[in-house]
Amino acid sequence: MAVGKEIRTQIGSIKNTQKITSAMQLVAASKMRKAQERMGATRPYADRILDVIGHLAHANPEYNHLYLEEREIKRVGYIVVSTDRGLCGGLNANLFKQVVSELGRHHGAQVEVDLAVIGSKAIGFFKSFGGNVIATAGNVGDNPTVADLIGSVKVMMDAYEEGRIDRLYVVYNRFVNTMTQSPTVQQLLPLEKSEAFDESLGDHWDFIYEPGAARVLEQLLTRYIESLVYQSVVENLACEQAARMVAMKAATDNAGSLIDELELVYNKARQAAITQEISEIVSGAAAL
Amino acid sequence: MAKTMKCNVVSAERELYSGDVEMVIASGELGDLGVTPGHSPLITTLKPGPVRLVFGDRDDELFYVSGGFLEVVPSGVNILTDTGDRAENLDEAAAVHAKAEAQRLLEEQHADFDYTRAAVELAEAVARLRVIEQLRNRRA
Repeated sequence: MAVGKEIRTQIGSIKNTQKITSAMQLVAASKMRKAQERMGATRPYADRILDVIGHLAHANPEYNHLYLEEREIKRVGYIVVSTDRGLCGGLNANLFKQVVSELGRHHGAQVEVDLAVIGSKAIGFFKSFGGNVIATAGNVGDNPTVADLIGSVKVMMDAYEEGRIDRLYVVYNRFVNTMTQSPTVQQLLPLEKSEAFDESLGDHWDFIYEPGAARVLEQLLTRYIESLVYQSVVENLACEQAARMVAMKAATDNAGSLIDELELVYNKARQAAITQEISEIVSGAAAL
Repeated sequence: MAKTMKCNVVSAERELYSGDVEMVIASGELGDLGVTPGHSPLITTLKPGPVRLVFGDRDDELFYVSGGFLEVVPSGVNILTDTGDRAENLDEAAAVHAKAEAQRLLEEQHADFDYTRAAVELAEAVARLRVIEQLRNRRA
Protein backbone atom coordinates (compact mmCIF):
# COMPACT_ATOMS: atom_id res chain seq x y z
CA MET A 1 0.00 0.00 0.00
CA ALA A 2 1.50 3.26 -1.11
CA VAL A 3 -0.19 5.30 1.60
CA GLY A 4 2.00 6.65 4.39
CA LYS A 5 5.24 5.31 2.96
CA GLU A 6 7.14 8.39 4.19
CA ILE A 7 5.57 8.13 7.62
CA ARG A 8 6.60 4.51 7.90
CA THR A 9 10.23 5.24 6.98
CA GLN A 10 10.22 8.09 9.46
CA ILE A 11 8.92 5.81 12.21
CA GLY A 12 11.62 3.30 11.31
CA SER A 13 14.40 5.84 11.55
CA ILE A 14 13.13 7.17 14.87
CA LYS A 15 13.00 3.62 16.19
CA ASN A 16 16.63 3.14 15.23
CA THR A 17 17.62 6.35 16.98
CA GLN A 18 15.67 5.23 20.02
CA LYS A 19 17.63 1.99 20.11
CA ILE A 20 20.88 3.92 20.10
CA THR A 21 19.84 6.35 22.81
CA SER A 22 18.51 3.62 25.08
CA ALA A 23 21.76 1.67 24.66
CA MET A 24 23.72 4.80 25.53
CA GLN A 25 21.53 5.29 28.57
CA LEU A 26 22.36 1.80 29.82
CA VAL A 27 26.07 2.24 29.18
CA ALA A 28 26.07 5.61 30.96
CA ALA A 29 24.23 4.10 33.93
CA SER A 30 26.80 1.38 34.43
CA LYS A 31 29.70 3.77 33.89
CA MET A 32 28.15 6.17 36.35
CA ARG A 33 28.10 3.53 39.05
CA LYS A 34 31.80 2.94 38.54
CA ALA A 35 32.63 6.64 38.43
CA GLN A 36 30.62 7.18 41.58
CA GLU A 37 32.50 4.44 43.38
CA ARG A 38 35.79 5.96 42.35
CA MET A 39 34.64 9.35 43.53
CA GLY A 40 33.54 7.92 46.87
CA ALA A 41 36.86 6.13 47.28
CA THR A 42 39.00 9.22 46.80
CA ARG A 43 36.82 11.50 48.86
CA PRO A 44 38.10 10.61 52.36
CA TYR A 45 41.65 11.48 51.32
CA ALA A 46 40.58 14.78 49.77
CA ASP A 47 38.49 15.65 52.85
CA ARG A 48 41.32 14.86 55.26
CA ILE A 49 43.97 16.74 53.36
CA LEU A 50 41.57 19.67 53.23
CA ASP A 51 41.32 19.50 57.05
CA VAL A 52 45.09 19.43 57.42
CA ILE A 53 45.54 22.38 55.08
CA GLY A 54 42.79 24.26 56.90
CA HIS A 55 44.66 23.78 60.17
CA LEU A 56 47.88 24.89 58.51
CA ALA A 57 46.30 28.10 57.31
CA HIS A 58 45.44 28.88 60.95
CA ALA A 59 48.93 28.13 62.21
CA ASN A 60 51.69 30.70 62.26
CA PRO A 61 54.59 29.04 60.52
CA GLU A 62 58.00 30.61 61.01
CA TYR A 63 58.47 29.80 57.37
CA ASN A 64 56.06 31.62 55.11
CA HIS A 65 55.21 29.51 52.14
CA LEU A 66 54.22 31.20 48.92
CA TYR A 67 50.97 29.26 48.79
CA LEU A 68 49.81 30.73 52.08
CA GLU A 69 50.18 34.43 51.38
CA GLU A 70 47.48 36.65 49.96
CA ARG A 71 48.69 38.91 47.17
CA GLU A 72 47.18 41.85 45.41
CA ILE A 73 45.22 40.48 42.47
CA LYS A 74 46.39 41.53 39.05
CA ARG A 75 46.04 38.29 37.17
CA VAL A 76 44.21 35.09 38.06
CA GLY A 77 44.32 31.53 36.77
CA TYR A 78 41.47 29.09 36.20
CA ILE A 79 41.67 25.35 35.73
CA VAL A 80 38.52 24.40 33.82
CA VAL A 81 37.50 20.75 34.00
CA SER A 82 35.09 19.61 31.29
CA THR A 83 34.12 16.33 29.65
CA ASP A 84 35.75 14.77 26.62
CA ARG A 85 32.55 13.85 24.85
CA GLY A 86 29.22 15.53 24.25
CA LEU A 87 25.65 14.23 24.46
CA CYS A 88 25.45 14.93 28.14
CA GLY A 89 22.74 17.58 28.26
CA GLY A 90 23.59 21.05 29.48
CA LEU A 91 26.47 19.91 31.65
CA ASN A 92 29.30 21.61 29.79
CA ALA A 93 27.19 24.55 28.65
CA ASN A 94 26.29 25.41 32.25
CA LEU A 95 29.91 25.11 33.31
CA PHE A 96 31.13 27.38 30.52
CA LYS A 97 28.42 29.89 31.32
CA GLN A 98 29.80 30.04 34.84
CA VAL A 99 33.35 30.50 33.56
CA VAL A 100 32.28 33.21 31.14
CA SER A 101 30.50 35.13 33.89
CA GLU A 102 33.65 34.86 36.04
CA LEU A 103 35.71 36.12 33.12
CA GLY A 104 33.32 39.04 32.73
CA ARG A 105 33.61 39.88 36.41
CA HIS A 106 37.42 39.90 36.24
CA HIS A 107 37.37 41.90 33.05
CA GLY A 108 35.29 44.52 34.80
CA ALA A 109 37.85 44.71 37.61
CA GLN A 110 40.75 45.07 35.15
CA VAL A 111 42.07 41.66 36.15
CA GLU A 112 43.51 39.44 33.47
CA VAL A 113 42.80 35.74 33.29
CA ASP A 114 44.86 32.71 32.29
CA LEU A 115 43.16 29.38 31.60
CA ALA A 116 44.28 25.78 31.84
CA VAL A 117 41.66 23.51 30.34
CA ILE A 118 41.09 19.80 30.88
CA GLY A 119 38.78 17.86 28.58
CA SER A 120 38.26 18.09 24.80
CA LYS A 121 34.97 20.00 25.09
CA ALA A 122 36.57 22.87 26.97
CA ILE A 123 39.49 22.94 24.53
CA GLY A 124 37.02 23.30 21.66
CA PHE A 125 34.93 25.90 23.46
CA PHE A 126 37.80 28.19 24.39
CA LYS A 127 39.30 27.88 20.92
CA SER A 128 36.21 29.52 19.49
CA PHE A 129 35.36 31.73 22.46
CA GLY A 130 38.83 33.15 22.95
CA GLY A 131 40.59 33.55 26.24
CA ASN A 132 44.22 33.13 27.14
CA VAL A 133 44.67 29.35 27.27
CA ILE A 134 48.14 28.42 28.52
CA ALA A 135 47.76 24.66 29.05
CA THR A 136 45.47 21.90 27.82
CA ALA A 137 44.89 18.24 28.61
CA GLY A 138 42.45 16.40 26.38
CA ASN A 139 41.23 12.80 26.20
CA VAL A 140 41.71 11.95 29.86
CA GLY A 141 39.36 8.98 29.39
CA ASP A 142 37.21 7.21 31.95
CA ASN A 143 40.12 6.29 34.19
CA PRO A 144 42.20 9.41 34.71
CA THR A 145 45.47 9.15 36.60
CA VAL A 146 47.18 11.96 38.44
CA ALA A 147 49.98 11.69 35.87
CA ASP A 148 47.57 12.63 33.05
CA LEU A 149 46.67 15.90 34.71
CA ILE A 150 49.93 16.84 36.31
CA GLY A 151 51.23 18.72 33.26
CA SER A 152 48.57 21.39 33.12
CA VAL A 153 48.43 21.69 36.90
CA LYS A 154 52.19 22.18 37.01
CA VAL A 155 52.00 25.00 34.48
CA MET A 156 49.54 26.84 36.69
CA MET A 157 51.48 26.24 39.88
CA ASP A 158 54.70 27.42 38.25
CA ALA A 159 52.89 30.53 37.07
CA TYR A 160 51.72 31.12 40.63
CA GLU A 161 55.17 30.58 42.07
CA GLU A 162 56.73 32.97 39.60
CA GLY A 163 54.10 35.56 40.40
CA ARG A 164 52.51 35.58 36.96
CA ILE A 165 49.15 34.78 38.53
CA ASP A 166 48.02 35.82 42.00
CA ARG A 167 45.15 33.47 42.52
CA LEU A 168 44.21 30.05 41.20
CA TYR A 169 40.75 28.53 40.91
CA VAL A 170 39.42 25.24 39.68
CA VAL A 171 36.01 25.06 37.94
CA TYR A 172 34.19 21.74 37.71
CA ASN A 173 30.78 20.14 38.10
CA ARG A 174 30.05 19.04 41.63
CA PHE A 175 28.12 15.80 41.87
CA VAL A 176 25.09 16.44 44.06
CA ASN A 177 23.04 13.45 42.97
CA THR A 178 22.11 11.68 39.76
CA MET A 179 19.68 14.42 38.75
CA THR A 180 21.66 17.43 39.93
CA GLN A 181 25.14 18.56 39.04
CA SER A 182 26.17 22.06 39.98
CA PRO A 183 29.01 24.01 38.38
CA THR A 184 31.40 24.96 41.15
CA VAL A 185 34.29 27.41 41.41
CA GLN A 186 36.79 26.52 44.10
CA GLN A 187 39.82 28.53 45.13
CA LEU A 188 43.05 26.53 45.16
CA LEU A 189 45.67 29.18 45.85
CA PRO A 190 46.31 30.90 48.14
CA LEU A 191 44.88 28.47 50.64
CA GLU A 192 41.62 29.34 52.33
CA LYS A 193 41.21 28.92 56.06
CA SER A 194 38.93 26.14 57.17
CA GLU A 195 35.96 27.39 59.12
CA ALA A 196 35.44 24.39 61.34
CA PHE A 197 38.39 24.58 63.65
CA ASP A 198 39.21 23.87 67.25
CA GLU A 199 39.53 27.39 68.67
CA SER A 200 41.06 26.19 71.92
CA LEU A 201 44.51 26.71 70.44
CA GLY A 202 44.07 30.45 70.19
CA ASP A 203 45.85 32.62 67.68
CA HIS A 204 49.51 32.11 68.45
CA TRP A 205 50.54 28.55 67.94
CA ASP A 206 52.33 26.53 65.36
CA PHE A 207 52.94 22.97 64.37
CA ILE A 208 56.18 21.18 65.07
CA TYR A 209 57.51 20.37 61.61
CA GLU A 210 59.62 17.29 60.98
CA PRO A 211 62.04 17.31 59.18
CA GLY A 212 61.51 21.04 58.59
CA ALA A 213 58.76 23.49 57.78
CA ALA A 214 59.94 24.22 54.25
CA ARG A 215 60.13 20.60 53.15
CA VAL A 216 56.96 19.43 54.83
CA LEU A 217 54.92 22.36 53.51
CA GLU A 218 56.31 22.02 50.01
CA GLN A 219 55.41 18.34 49.81
CA LEU A 220 52.08 18.66 51.54
CA LEU A 221 50.86 21.62 49.51
CA THR A 222 51.87 20.11 46.19
CA ARG A 223 50.11 16.89 47.14
CA TYR A 224 47.07 18.89 48.19
CA ILE A 225 46.68 20.74 44.91
CA GLU A 226 47.15 17.52 42.95
CA SER A 227 44.57 15.72 45.01
CA LEU A 228 42.07 18.56 44.66
CA VAL A 229 42.39 18.73 40.89
CA TYR A 230 42.25 14.94 40.65
CA GLN A 231 39.17 14.86 42.83
CA SER A 232 37.47 17.48 40.69
CA VAL A 233 38.23 15.55 37.50
CA VAL A 234 36.88 12.33 39.01
CA GLU A 235 33.79 14.14 40.23
CA ASN A 236 33.27 15.74 36.84
CA LEU A 237 33.42 12.29 35.26
CA ALA A 238 30.67 11.01 37.52
CA CYS A 239 28.66 14.11 36.59
CA GLU A 240 29.23 13.45 32.89
CA GLN A 241 27.87 9.93 33.11
CA ALA A 242 24.91 10.98 35.25
CA ALA A 243 24.05 13.85 32.91
CA ARG A 244 24.39 11.59 29.88
CA MET A 245 22.16 9.00 31.46
CA VAL A 246 19.45 11.58 32.16
CA ALA A 247 19.79 13.17 28.70
CA MET A 248 19.60 9.81 26.97
CA LYS A 249 16.60 8.76 29.02
CA ALA A 250 14.83 11.95 27.95
CA ALA A 251 15.80 11.31 24.33
CA THR A 252 14.48 7.75 24.49
CA ASP A 253 11.20 8.93 26.03
CA ASN A 254 10.84 11.67 23.42
CA ALA A 255 11.45 9.19 20.62
CA GLY A 256 8.73 6.98 22.12
CA SER A 257 6.13 9.75 22.16
CA LEU A 258 7.16 10.84 18.66
CA ILE A 259 6.62 7.30 17.42
CA ASP A 260 3.20 7.15 19.08
CA GLU A 261 2.14 10.37 17.40
CA LEU A 262 3.40 9.27 14.01
CA GLU A 263 1.69 5.90 14.33
CA LEU A 264 -1.57 7.67 15.03
CA VAL A 265 -1.15 9.81 11.91
CA TYR A 266 -0.17 6.76 9.90
CA ASN A 267 -3.20 4.75 11.03
CA LYS A 268 -5.54 7.62 10.30
CA ALA A 269 -4.10 7.95 6.80
CA ARG A 270 -4.40 4.21 6.26
CA GLN A 271 -8.03 4.16 7.41
CA ALA A 272 -8.86 7.15 5.26
CA ALA A 273 -7.36 5.40 2.26
CA ILE A 274 -9.37 2.24 2.92
CA THR A 275 -12.58 4.20 3.43
CA GLN A 276 -11.97 6.05 0.19
CA GLU A 277 -11.32 2.85 -1.70
CA ILE A 278 -14.48 1.27 -0.36
CA SER A 279 -16.57 4.29 -1.23
CA GLU A 280 -15.04 4.28 -4.69
CA ILE A 281 -15.92 0.62 -5.18
CA VAL A 282 -19.42 1.11 -3.77
CA SER A 283 -20.13 4.12 -5.93
CA GLY A 284 -18.64 2.28 -8.93
CA ALA A 285 -20.97 -0.67 -8.30
CA ALA A 286 -23.98 1.67 -7.86
CA ALA A 287 -23.22 3.33 -11.21
CA LEU A 288 -23.38 -0.02 -13.01
CA MET B 1 39.51 3.15 80.14
CA ALA B 2 42.50 5.31 79.36
CA LYS B 3 42.31 8.58 77.48
CA THR B 4 41.69 8.23 73.77
CA MET B 5 41.81 10.48 70.72
CA LYS B 6 40.33 10.44 67.23
CA CYS B 7 42.44 8.88 64.51
CA ASN B 8 41.95 8.75 60.75
CA VAL B 9 44.10 6.74 58.38
CA VAL B 10 43.35 7.40 54.70
CA SER B 11 45.08 6.35 51.51
CA ALA B 12 44.49 8.03 48.16
CA GLU B 13 42.22 5.12 47.24
CA ARG B 14 40.14 4.69 50.37
CA GLU B 15 39.70 5.15 54.09
CA LEU B 16 41.65 2.56 56.09
CA TYR B 17 40.67 3.41 59.63
CA SER B 18 38.58 5.99 61.44
CA GLY B 19 37.88 5.88 65.17
CA ASP B 20 39.28 6.29 68.69
CA VAL B 21 42.76 5.12 69.67
CA GLU B 22 45.02 5.32 72.72
CA MET B 23 48.27 5.68 70.84
CA VAL B 24 49.57 5.86 67.27
CA ILE B 25 53.04 4.59 66.40
CA ALA B 26 54.43 5.46 62.95
CA SER B 27 57.78 5.70 61.22
CA GLY B 28 58.43 9.38 60.59
CA GLU B 29 61.10 10.85 58.38
CA LEU B 30 63.33 11.46 61.40
CA GLY B 31 62.58 8.17 63.13
CA ASP B 32 59.73 6.28 64.73
CA LEU B 33 57.34 8.27 66.82
CA GLY B 34 54.48 7.50 69.15
CA VAL B 35 51.60 9.92 69.63
CA THR B 36 49.34 9.85 72.68
CA PRO B 37 46.41 12.16 73.53
CA GLY B 38 47.53 15.68 74.43
CA HIS B 39 50.50 15.72 72.07
CA SER B 40 51.37 19.19 70.78
CA PRO B 41 50.45 20.00 67.15
CA LEU B 42 52.85 18.32 64.75
CA ILE B 43 53.23 17.62 61.06
CA THR B 44 55.75 15.14 59.79
CA THR B 45 56.39 13.27 56.59
CA LEU B 46 56.33 9.48 56.84
CA LYS B 47 58.72 6.88 55.49
CA PRO B 48 57.33 3.70 53.97
CA GLY B 49 56.68 1.45 56.93
CA PRO B 50 54.27 0.29 59.60
CA VAL B 51 51.63 2.30 61.42
CA ARG B 52 50.45 0.74 64.65
CA LEU B 53 47.23 1.77 66.35
CA VAL B 54 47.05 0.90 70.06
CA PHE B 55 43.57 0.50 71.52
CA GLY B 56 44.32 -0.81 74.99
CA ASP B 57 41.04 -2.67 75.40
CA ARG B 58 41.61 -4.87 72.34
CA ASP B 59 44.42 -6.04 70.09
CA ASP B 60 46.52 -3.46 68.26
CA GLU B 61 45.97 -2.94 64.55
CA LEU B 62 48.87 -2.83 62.15
CA PHE B 63 48.92 -1.02 58.80
CA TYR B 64 51.44 -0.59 56.06
CA VAL B 65 51.80 2.88 54.51
CA SER B 66 53.91 3.86 51.51
CA GLY B 67 54.89 7.21 52.99
CA GLY B 68 52.82 10.34 53.31
CA PHE B 69 52.02 12.69 56.18
CA LEU B 70 51.06 12.50 59.81
CA GLU B 71 49.30 15.43 61.43
CA VAL B 72 48.59 15.89 65.12
CA VAL B 73 46.02 18.46 66.22
CA PRO B 74 44.23 18.72 69.57
CA SER B 75 41.21 16.95 68.09
CA GLY B 76 43.20 13.92 66.94
CA VAL B 77 45.63 12.38 64.50
CA ASN B 78 45.36 12.30 60.71
CA ILE B 79 47.51 10.00 58.61
CA LEU B 80 47.52 10.61 54.85
CA THR B 81 49.25 8.14 52.59
CA ASP B 82 49.41 7.50 48.85
CA THR B 83 48.88 3.77 49.17
CA GLY B 84 48.41 1.67 52.23
CA ASP B 85 46.79 -1.47 53.50
CA ARG B 86 46.05 -3.52 56.58
CA ALA B 87 49.02 -5.69 57.53
CA GLU B 88 46.88 -8.82 57.23
CA ASN B 89 46.24 -8.08 53.55
CA LEU B 90 49.89 -7.80 52.57
CA ASP B 91 51.26 -10.42 50.21
CA GLU B 92 54.60 -11.67 51.50
CA ALA B 93 55.58 -13.53 48.34
CA ALA B 94 54.91 -10.43 46.23
CA ALA B 95 56.95 -8.25 48.60
CA VAL B 96 59.90 -10.66 48.55
CA HIS B 97 59.71 -10.75 44.78
CA ALA B 98 59.51 -6.94 44.52
CA LYS B 99 62.52 -6.60 46.81
CA ALA B 100 64.59 -9.07 44.77
CA GLU B 101 63.54 -7.35 41.54
CA ALA B 102 64.48 -3.90 42.83
CA GLN B 103 67.83 -5.19 44.11
CA ARG B 104 68.54 -6.83 40.78
CA LEU B 105 67.80 -3.56 38.96
CA LEU B 106 70.03 -1.63 41.34
CA GLU B 107 72.90 -4.04 40.76
CA GLU B 108 72.58 -4.42 37.00
CA GLN B 109 71.97 -0.76 36.18
CA HIS B 110 70.75 -0.98 32.59
CA ALA B 111 70.84 1.95 30.21
CA ASP B 112 67.18 2.81 30.79
CA PHE B 113 67.66 2.40 34.50
CA ASP B 114 65.80 4.74 36.79
CA TYR B 115 67.74 4.89 40.03
CA THR B 116 65.22 6.87 42.06
CA ARG B 117 62.36 4.61 41.12
CA ALA B 118 64.23 1.42 41.89
CA ALA B 119 65.39 2.85 45.21
CA VAL B 120 61.84 3.84 46.12
CA GLU B 121 60.54 0.42 45.15
CA LEU B 122 63.22 -1.27 47.22
CA ALA B 123 62.41 0.89 50.24
CA GLU B 124 58.70 0.09 49.90
CA ALA B 125 59.28 -3.63 49.52
CA VAL B 126 61.57 -3.70 52.56
CA ALA B 127 59.03 -1.72 54.55
CA ARG B 128 56.30 -4.16 53.56
CA LEU B 129 58.42 -7.08 54.73
CA ARG B 130 59.10 -5.26 57.99
CA VAL B 131 55.37 -4.92 58.58
CA ILE B 132 54.77 -8.59 57.81
CA GLU B 133 57.60 -9.53 60.16
CA GLN B 134 56.09 -7.42 62.96
CA LEU B 135 52.72 -9.00 62.46
CA ARG B 136 54.21 -12.48 62.66
CA ASN B 137 56.19 -11.69 65.81
CA ARG B 138 53.07 -10.46 67.49
CA ARG B 139 51.16 -13.58 66.64
CA ALA B 140 53.95 -15.91 67.81
